[in-house]
Amino acid sequence: MMSKQVSYWTEFYKGLYDQNPIFRQVLGMCPTLAVTVSGPNGLAMGLATSFVLLFSGIVISSLKNLIPKQVRIAAYIVVIATFVTIVDIVMKAKFPEMSKDLGPFIPLIVVNCLILGRAEGFSSKNNITRSVLDGLGMGVGFTIGLTILGGIREILGSRTIFGLQVLPDAFEPWVIMILPAGAFLTLGLLFGLLNFVELKKKTKKIKEDQQRALAEIKKLTESSEEDLAVKEG
Amino acid sequence: MNNVTKMLVVLLVIGVVSGGLLAYISDWATPIIKENARLETERAVLEVHPGSTKQIKIDNAGFELYQVMNEKGDITGYAMPNEGTGFQGKVKIMMGMTPNLDEITGLKVLDQVETPGLGAEIVKDYFTGRFKAISTQPEIKSVKGKKPENPNEIEAITGATISSVAVVKIMNDGIKKVKDYLSTQEKKEGAK
Repeated sequence: MMSKQVSYWTEFYKGLYDQNPIFRQVLGMCPTLAVTVSGPNGLAMGLATSFVLLFSGIVISSLKNLIPKQVRIAAYIVVIATFVTIVDIVMKAKFPEMSKDLGPFIPLIVVNCLILGRAEGFSSKNNITRSVLDGLGMGVGFTIGLTILGGIREILGSRTIFGLQVLPDAFEPWVIMILPAGAFLTLGLLFGLLNFVELKKKTKKIKEDQQRALAEIKKLTESSEEDLAVKEG
Repeated sequence: MNNVTKMLVVLLVIGVVSGGLLAYISDWATPIIKENARLETERAVLEVHPGSTKQIKIDNAGFELYQVMNEKGDITGYAMPNEGTGFQGKVKIMMGMTPNLDEITGLKVLDQVETPGLGAEIVKDYFTGRFKAISTQPEIKSVKGKKPENPNEIEAITGATISSVAVVKIMNDGIKKVKDYLSTQEKKEGAK
């Protein structure tokens, strides 16, 4: 069993920031880079992945005691592939346009390391409630990441957000942003920005700790001086 | 139960359940997916024939060919989907022709994987619009860097010559197919 149990909220929230699949764990880079040419594409890919994460998490955590250790990866892959195929078929039937845009990247969710990673690293060791929260958190974190990435590339590459034009015609679209290179550039800059924010946070924390320690020392010296004064007095 | 049997049984059960579930969902979705594809083709056929309302699929052509009519039932032309190789992969188009195949009535690019911002511009209206009322005699030609002078010429997209030429080639191939089919039909009619 897990040595430490975190709160349910932390189980969900960790996927959003502290362990964000894209920005912190750097998992699932193939769909991240390939399909984020626009906001809607990023959102759809994120939602499809979330669905698979959530349901494979539920199934795997409920079967975890039945599956023999030696065949666990094979069993997980079959479960994951089933849900991915469901998503693919349903999208083809109900959202043909989106399914066309995302093309082969929906079936490729099977090999998204994020999903097998969560199955092996989390669902196979935790109960259903926690797996659901973890799946939801990771899914939402992944979706937010993809949508931001797609949104930025869409604004600069085709002047629109979710199909609505936001930049004037005078703005020449940066074609590179909707080409693969644009994905690397945007992702790299976002990583940089996040690391910068984290660094700032850390420096601030260290400074605060220092000040607290200094204040403590001051208080201690003062009280010991007082003690001395009392004794000498 | 020893471990090997357990492994086999567990994997077998998971496989069977998953297969059953997928078969069920596929049964539900297949007709919807087919219907979607049919509606899309139908829409495209009418799109390349502005003003027409009815279409009939010609079954014995050996390829997909549609005859298009207006409200009164007069034949306004033919439409056919055709595909070929573009710059990066397959390009699929739908084109409309007049009944005697002399002129193009419209063009729509259905599928393509050309470079975004360059070759992918072939889907845009400003490019497909250039084919409207273009003569197919003797065949469509694309010109580069100058305004078209003859009725069978269209201007290629700057920076996407290969994709533009590919579209033209796919169209010419398609027209040839339709021509061959119609002439064999005429011969058959004559023989009767």
